[in-house]
Amino acid sequence: MKKNNLKAWLYLLPAILFLGVFMVYPLIDVCVYSVEENYNFASQSFTGVGLGNFRFVLSDPYFVQALKNTFIIVAITVPLSTGLALLISLGLSSIKPLRNAFQTIYFLPYVTNTLAVGLVFMILFKKTAYTDGMVNLLITKLGGQSVDFIEGPYWAKMFVMCFYTIWIVMPFKILILTSALASVNQDYYKAAKVDGATNGRIFRKITLPMISPTVFYLIITGFIGAFKAYSDEVALFGTNLNAAGMNTIVGYVYDMLYGDSGGYPSYAAAAALILFAIVFTITYINLTFSKNKVQYM
Amino acid sequence: MKVVLENLTKQFLSRHKKGEIVTAVNHFNFEIPDGQLIGLLGPSGCGKSTTLNLISGLETPTEGKIFFGDEDVTELPPEERGVGLVFQNYALYPHMTVEENIIFPLQNLKGDKKMSKEAMHQKALETAKLVQIDSLMERKPKELSGGQQQRVAIARALVKIPRVLLLDEPLSNLDARLRLQTREELRRIQRETGVTTIFVTHDQEEAMSISDLIIVMKEGVVHQIGKPQEVYDEPTNLFVAQFLGTPQINVFSGEIRDGKLYIGSEAVLDVPDKADREVWVGIRPEGFIPEEDGPFTCQMDRVEVMGRDVSVVSTHPQMTGRCVRSIVSSENRFAPGQKTVRFRLKPHKVFLFDRESEERV
Amino acid sequence: MIEKKSASLSRVLIYVFLTIWAVIVLFPFYWMVLTSLKSFASYNSEYIPRFIVTEPTLQNYADAFTTVPLGRYFLNTLIFTVATTGLMMLVIVPAAFAFARLEFKGRNLVFALFLSLMMIPTELVIITNYVTIVNWNLRNTYLGLILPSVTSVFYIYLLKENFEAIPDELYQAAKVDGTSDLKYLVKVMIPICQPTVVTIIILKVIECWNSYVWPRLITYDPDYYLVSNGIQEIRENGFGRENTPAMMAAVVVISVPLIVLFLIFRKRIMAGVSRGGTKG
Repeated sequence: MKKNNLKAWLYLLPAILFLGVFMVYPLIDVCVYSVEENYNFASQSFTGVGLGNFRFVLSDPYFVQALKNTFIIVAITVPLSTGLALLISLGLSSIKPLRNAFQTIYFLPYVTNTLAVGLVFMILFKKTAYTDGMVNLLITKLGGQSVDFIEGPYWAKMFVMCFYTIWIVMPFKILILTSALASVNQDYYKAAKVDGATNGRIFRKITLPMISPTVFYLIITGFIGAFKAYSDEVALFGTNLNAAGMNTIVGYVYDMLYGDSGGYPSYAAAAALILFAIVFTITYINLTFSKNKVQYM
Repeated sequence: MKVVLENLTKQFLSRHKKGEIVTAVNHFNFEIPDGQLIGLLGPSGCGKSTTLNLISGLETPTEGKIFFGDEDVTELPPEERGVGLVFQNYALYPHMTVEENIIFPLQNLKGDKKMSKEAMHQKALETAKLVQIDSLMERKPKELSGGQQQRVAIARALVKIPRVLLLDEPLSNLDARLRLQTREELRRIQRETGVTTIFVTHDQEEAMSISDLIIVMKEGVVHQIGKPQEVYDEPTNLFVAQFLGTPQINVFSGEIRDGKLYIGSEAVLDVPDKADREVWVGIRPEGFIPEEDGPFTCQMDRVEVMGRDVSVVSTHPQMTGRCVRSIVSSENRFAPGQKTVRFRLKPHKVFLFDRESEERV
Repeated sequence: MIEKKSASLSRVLIYVFLTIWAVIVLFPFYWMVLTSLKSFASYNSEYIPRFIVTEPTLQNYADAFTTVPLGRYFLNTLIFTVATTGLMMLVIVPAAFAFARLEFKGRNLVFALFLSLMMIPTELVIITNYVTIVNWNLRNTYLGLILPSVTSVFYIYLLKENFEAIPDELYQAAKVDGTSDLKYLVKVMIPICQPTVVTIIILKVIECWNSYVWPRLITYDPDYYLVSNGIQEIRENGFGRENTPAMMAAVVVISVPLIVLFLIFRKRIMAGVSRGGTKG
C-alpha cells in the first residue's frame, strides 16, 4: 500500500500540476481580483477592497447591452434548438433508408471551425454596395424587403445570430437525442400498440417520458452553453462587437481583459463572476424544476 | 373466442445469407378452440414466437388469414385487435406505477367503449386482485420481483378483457421454484377468466403440465396437435417423440422382418401387421421391464437410485444416443458388477418410425 | 388501405422535412466552395449571386496562401494541435490509471475534487491564465498557447471509466507474470481501451483546431496566429474586406482537414461525442 501511495501520486503529479496552475489557482485568483478596486495592471496596485468593481460593471451601459443580448440569445435559441432537434431526431428514428446519410450531414457543423463558417454566413446575409446577398435574394423573391442582416437593424442582427447559433448547436443535440431514442427498448412500443395506443399517445405517454432525462440534460447544458456565447458572435460580426451592438457577457469580459493599458482584469473578473452567478442560479432553478417534471426511472 | 389460422405463412429475408428466404411459419392451418389453454411448443427458431406475433398483429403474414371468431383480422393493426400480449421480458412501462401500467390499455379505448376514471380504477383493481398484486399498486416496476412483474404484465394484458391472451415464454425468466408456482397460477387465471390463451415455450414439461392442447412446431411447420397425453402416447413422428418426455426417449436403429422387430440380432417384439422395412425404434424409458431372459440385451453401465424408481443406464450397439436410459421400479434388484441386463419391452411404449421419412409406422 | 396511404404520406413529409434541414446545413458549405472558385472579377460583378460558376479558377487559393501567411497559420495550428494533444495524453493516461487501478489513500476524495473542477467555466480561469502567461513572458510563444490548453478533467474521467471496465483478474494475472505497472498500462490497458483513446485524441484535435479565444487573447504577433484568429485577422485587416472569393478559399482550406478527419472517423467521432454527452 505504501508503495502504491508514492507511485499513485507520481502518476497524478502532471495532472495535478497543470490543473493546479491553470484551474485551481485562477479560480481563487479571480475572486481576489474581483474585489480589488481600481486595479491598475501596469503598476499592479489597487486602492482598496470592496465591491466597487461589481458596481462599475453593473452600471456600464456596454455590460447592460451585453446582458440583454445574451439573455435574448438564450431565450430564443435554447427552446428552439432543443425542440427542432427533437423533431429531427424523431424523424430520423422513424426512417431506415438514408438515415446514416442524414446523420452524417447533420453532424458536419460540429467539426467545422465556427469562425470559418461564420464568415460564410456573414457573406450570405450581408447586403453590400455590390449585391444584396443570397438570403435577401430569397426574401425579395418571396415578396419581401431586403435587409442587411449584418449591419442593419437590431432585430435583423439578432435573427442571424440566433439562426447561426441554432445551426451550430444542432449536431450535438440531434446526436444525443437520436441515441436516447434508440436506447428506448422497442418492446415498450410493441406493448403500447397491443395496448391499443395511437401514435400520438405513444409519443406523449411512452417516448417523451422515457427520453425526458436526456431532453432535460440538453436543456440545462443548452442554457449554460448559450450564456457563454461569444465566438459565434465574432464569427458573424467581427471582433468589435460593441460597435455592432451585439456584445455578449463573455465578450465584455474579454474586452475588459484585452483593453488598453494592460486591461482591467478586475472588471473582467467581476463580470465573469456575475456571469457565473447567473448561470449557477439558472441551472439551480432548472434542476429543481426537473425534480417535478422529469421521470427518473 | 376461437382463433382460426388459415394457411398462415410468414417469410423473411435471411439476415445471415443475402437473398435467402427464411420461412418462419409454413402454411399453418388450425382452428384454436374457444376458452382453452394452448401450449405452442418447439425448439428455438421453430416459428412459435413468430406465430404469436402474427396473431397479435405485430407482424403481417406473407400469406394466409387470421380470424377471431368469424371476423377476419388479418388486416387489422395490433392496436385494434383487442389482443392481450405478455412479453418475455414483461415490457412494463418503467416510469409508471403498477396501477398506471394496468390502466394504460383502458385509457386507449375509444368510442362507446370509453370508460370513466372511476370505472377504469375499479377494473384495474379487480384485475390486480385476480393476479394477486393489488397490494403493490403504487410501486414502480423496478421495485418488484420478477414474479411480481410478470403478474403485472398479465394484469395489463387481461384488463381490457382481450379476445385472445398471448404469452411469450412466460416461465423462462423465473427461477425453478417460482416456475412451478406460476404454472399453476396461469392455469387458475385461465380457468377463471375463460379467455382463449396461447402460450409459447420450449420447455415440453411446462407445456404438457398445464395445456388443454399442445401444438408441436419445428422450423415453421406444425408436426402434431393434440392433448398432451395423446401427443406423448402417440407421437406422429420421430421429432415429436424425441421432443416430449423426460428423460428423452431412447432411439435405436432396427428392422422389421417377417412380422418381428429386430434390434441388432435380437427379435425383441412381435409386430404382425407391419411390412418389412428399416426403422428407427423409439422406446420410452418407462417401457423397459428387466427380466432375466428378456429378449432385449444391453451392456450395463450403472444404476442410479432415484428413491421411488431406479434409473438403469446401459449401452447397446444399435443405440443412437450416448446411452440407454430406462426407468424401472426400485423393486428390481441388480447384482453389483453385473455386465449385461436383459429387458422385456412394453409394446405401447415402443414406437416405430420409417428410416427415411421418420413418420410413425 | 387508407391507413397505408396516410402512412406513406407522413413518410414523405418526414423526408421533406429532413431534407430541408439537410439543405440548410449543407448550403453554407456549398456556397463556400462555390465562391472560392469564382474569380474576383466575376464575383464582384454578380449583383444577383449565381449558383454556379461559369469559369472556375484556382487563383483564389493561390492568393489565399500568398497574400497572407495562411501557410504559417496552418503550420502553427498543426504544431499547437499535435503538441497539446500529445502532452494531454502524457498527462491524462497516468492520471486515469492512478484513479482506476492504483489503491492509495484518499483516492476517492481526490477524484471527487477533480470532478468538481469540471464545473469551473473556462471564462473564469482564462482571466488569470492570461495574467499568468503575460507575467511569465510567454505571449506570442508556442508554450504560452499550449500549456493552459493541455488538461481537461473530462477526458481523465472518460478514460478512467474505460480503464475501470477492464477486469481485475487481468491485472492480477499480469502481476503474477511479473509485469510492472507501467508495462501493464502501456502494453495491456491502452491497447484494450484503444477505441476510447482514439476518440479522445480526435475530439481534442477538433477542439485544438477550432480554438479561437485563447490564441486571440495572447498572441498579437501574426507569426503565431492559429487558423481561427488568422481568419479573423484576414477578415478585418487583410484582403478579406475586398476579396471575398479569396477569403472563401482560405476558409475552405481551413475546414477541409477536419472534414476529412470526420469522414474517415465518422463512426468513432459520433460515438465518442454521444458517450461524452450522456455521461455528463
